[in-house]
Amino acid sequence: MGHAIGRFLTTLLLAALCNTVLADLATDTGPAPGPGLHDILNQLASRSFDDKEAAIRQLAEQDHPRVVPLLNALMNRDLVQHRDSGAILLGRKNSDGWLLLDPVSEAEQQQVGSRDARPVVINNRLRTVINNQLALRDLASPDSEQRYQAAGQLIGNADPEMLSALTARRAKETVARVQDRIDVALNIATLDNDDLAARLNAIDALADSLHPAAKNALRDRVAASDNPAEVRAAEKALARIEARIERYQTADTLFFGLSLGSVLLLAAIGLAITFGVMGVINMAHGELIMIGAYTTYVIQQLLPNSHEWSLLIAIPAAFMVSALVGILIERFVIRFLYGRPLETLLATFGVSLILQQAVRVIFSPLNRTVVTPEWMSGALEINPVFSLTYNRLYIIFFALAVFLALLTLLKKTRLGLQVRAVSQNRTTARAMGIRSERVNAITFGLGSGIAGIAGVALAQLTNVGPNLGQSYIIDSFMVVVFGGVGNLWGTLTAAFSLGIANKLLEPMAGAVLAKIIVLIFIILFIQRKPRGLFPQRGRAAEE
Amino acid sequence: MRDSTFKSAFSDRTAKTFMGVLLGATLVVTLLNQFFPPDSSLHVSAYTVTLLGKYLCYALLALSLDLVWGYCGILSLGHGAFFALGGYAMGMYLMRQIGDRGVYGNPELPDFMVFLNWSELPWYWQGFDQFWFAALMILLVPGLLAFVFGWLAFRSRVTGVYLSIITQALTYALMLAFFRNELGFGGNNGLTDFKELLGFSLQSDSTRVGLLIATALSLAMAFVLCRWITGSKLGRVVMAVRDAESRARFVGYRTEHYKLWIFTVSAILAGIAGALYVPQVGIINPGEFSPLNSIELVVWVAVGGRATLYGAVIGAILVNYGKTVFTGVMPEAWLFALGGLFVAVTVFLPQGLVGLVSQRWAALRKQFPPKNTNNDTLTPAEGEAP
Repeated sequence: MGHAIGRFLTTLLLAALCNTVLADLATDTGPAPGPGLHDILNQLASRSFDDKEAAIRQLAEQDHPRVVPLLNALMNRDLVQHRDSGAILLGRKNSDGWLLLDPVSEAEQQQVGSRDARPVVINNRLRTVINNQLALRDLASPDSEQRYQAAGQLIGNADPEMLSALTARRAKETVARVQDRIDVALNIATLDNDDLAARLNAIDALADSLHPAAKNALRDRVAASDNPAEVRAAEKALARIEARIERYQTADTLFFGLSLGSVLLLAAIGLAITFGVMGVINMAHGELIMIGAYTTYVIQQLLPNSHEWSLLIAIPAAFMVSALVGILIERFVIRFLYGRPLETLLATFGVSLILQQAVRVIFSPLNRTVVTPEWMSGALEINPVFSLTYNRLYIIFFALAVFLALLTLLKKTRLGLQVRAVSQNRTTARAMGIRSERVNAITFGLGSGIAGIAGVALAQLTNVGPNLGQSYIIDSFMVVVFGGVGNLWGTLTAAFSLGIANKLLEPMAGAVLAKIIVLIFIILFIQRKPRGLFPQRGRAAEE
Repeated sequence: MRDSTFKSAFSDRTAKTFMGVLLGATLVVTLLNQFFPPDSSLHVSAYTVTLLGKYLCYALLALSLDLVWGYCGILSLGHGAFFALGGYAMGMYLMRQIGDRGVYGNPELPDFMVFLNWSELPWYWQGFDQFWFAALMILLVPGLLAFVFGWLAFRSRVTGVYLSIITQALTYALMLAFFRNELGFGGNNGLTDFKELLGFSLQSDSTRVGLLIATALSLAMAFVLCRWITGSKLGRVVMAVRDAESRARFVGYRTEHYKLWIFTVSAILAGIAGALYVPQVGIINPGEFSPLNSIELVVWVAVGGRATLYGAVIGAILVNYGKTVFTGVMPEAWLFALGGLFVAVTVFLPQGLVGLVSQRWAALRKQFPPKNTNNDTLTPAEGEAP
């Protein structure tokens, strides 16, 4: 529909517009002689805002490279009126007053006192007009991102006078997402049209838009219109928009759930190895995550100029550091406590206190911020109400990649075979010639290293502080126990279902209550099925 | 072998020694505080009295944990929750006693409710203006929670590490819940600004001494109760459950009933400890639910020595004394010391300090056989728990 109107208006107004369009196309043919600009600028000296608006529109229509800087200067109160001559000039404020420059050539003219010139006054209406005119010019930019931003500025702000220029732009536009935005802007502006048929067409077209400005414009229309058919159409369109927004909000919640789930997966997967495969309760697991996060921080501090790729170094580095700490813990503490899980729990908790305090002493108790690299910030915008932030998106993929790598390691490699053998029956494994001490140390190091990698990912989402690990330890245990100890697929399922359940409950109950509900659910669930979702069968299930 | 009447629990040598030391020390402190002028070098300040009272509350809490962990093998990482619930019940009574002396001067509502614009007392605050009701709740609330939780957990045979982790989740969930203002327990700030208990001002020295005596008596009673339980036939079944649960079940005992019973008793004792703790420190807030507190408690018991009862008491007092000293002298070293203690005790001292002392003692006795067997030290008598 919108396209039809667009085409109609285009043909109608093309002739009138030729000038502007051609002028825009010709921007790089070099500066045209300037006196015209001076005359237009001097109209800004008028006290009437209507005169000023007319001058701004006229200025914007000029084909001259100075137009955009001048409009910006007007916005920033850098255009001043010289008191003696009454001329509008560029003014630079300095300690002696104003340095006046020619607005077109920027040639210095004279230095005057601070009272000898005053900035041209504009109000909010004029600011919108200037912004719109700037946006309209940006729509001619060769850079599609700039055109996209400009079209976004025009949505809900475009005034009826701009319709024709906008329609012309729409006809020339080739990029779909910019086309969509211009259509929305055009349709919203058309809602103020006097022609009922055009308005109805615009309402119909807006029903497909998810832009918040479209919703607001339709609401205004419902309130302002006295035509029942139009009100009905607008209400129908609104209902359709609401329904779609709701669907996308559910998708948004699911995405956040998946992202929380992948964080839980990353945090829990190392635990799934040390607890699930080795039967060691490592309460210092959270602190190993914290060490990974601090490693990320330290690497960024060491490579201050390369935030973009320091993350790629941080991943292996965090793995190594955490794995090393883990192996030390295994060699000096846990080794003496195999077969005494409750004692292991206490000893590793002691280790966690020591690690936390060590970090407080070394890095201070304050939180540290890790810079997010450029390629991880921003969002993949699917439509105005639904966008996927890149950092969460990457973490989902990253968690899955780590999971698959670990699974392959355990199922396909010789080391994995040894790990599984020792975890199933230590004595027989030793009888078959496996050095179980060495396997234990390596397995524990592996689990700890993965905790370190989780720390790298978490550093992108939260602040890095000494308590970072503590806040994840209970959650990670819940995930492992809920999924079924010793079952990596169970851990995966548990992490994602708990993450999604948490986020689904959040809008209804609030964040804290959602967490409490999930905890209570797990407590009750474990009492129904003490071995988790996917219990181990056979000999390994016996304690 | 001891016989198992309650009276005999009073008269057995360990209990006598324990009560003698405990009540003697309390008496001395009381006398020194009350009958020596503040400038005398023998005077014990009110601060020290309260500190001692606090230690004894911790000792009672540790005792309750030793009952389930030492004798039944249930490592609860959520015992702090029962302690805190008892404390909150007491705190609610103390809140109601403030009456119109609060900042807002509302005779009915505690200050934080006025602050939250609540117009009337929530139903679960009703009755807490009566001491007998609050006292009942101090026993009932932790007991009931332990009963329901234990009933669900033991019936479905959640054991060992799993049980530890879900008890930890329990106290964590309670902590999150109590942090919420909407729950009606003062949120983040908890309950504080107490004025008086049963008409006695909480600021006066004599009330503080009275609370110390009450705590010491409660600890003594609880100790005798635990001695009695562990010496009774029921206690022996509980220990059998600890050592070989499947075997005890096959012999025909409903092991889950025994576990549930001991768990509930222990939770009630922890609740009493919390209730005695709150008027002495003057505040109860959700931080008491934090999983760290519950785990620290486990370390007291481990340091003292499990399954001896007095070991838990000694451990609680020693570790907390250490904490007071350390946090005063070099606060940043305390967590290092505590963490090191965790590791050292579990790796090198599985029987705790009491175990170490009794081992040394046994070795000494072997070297120098005694002529006279009457000695009244705090080392365990023969025929003790393992």
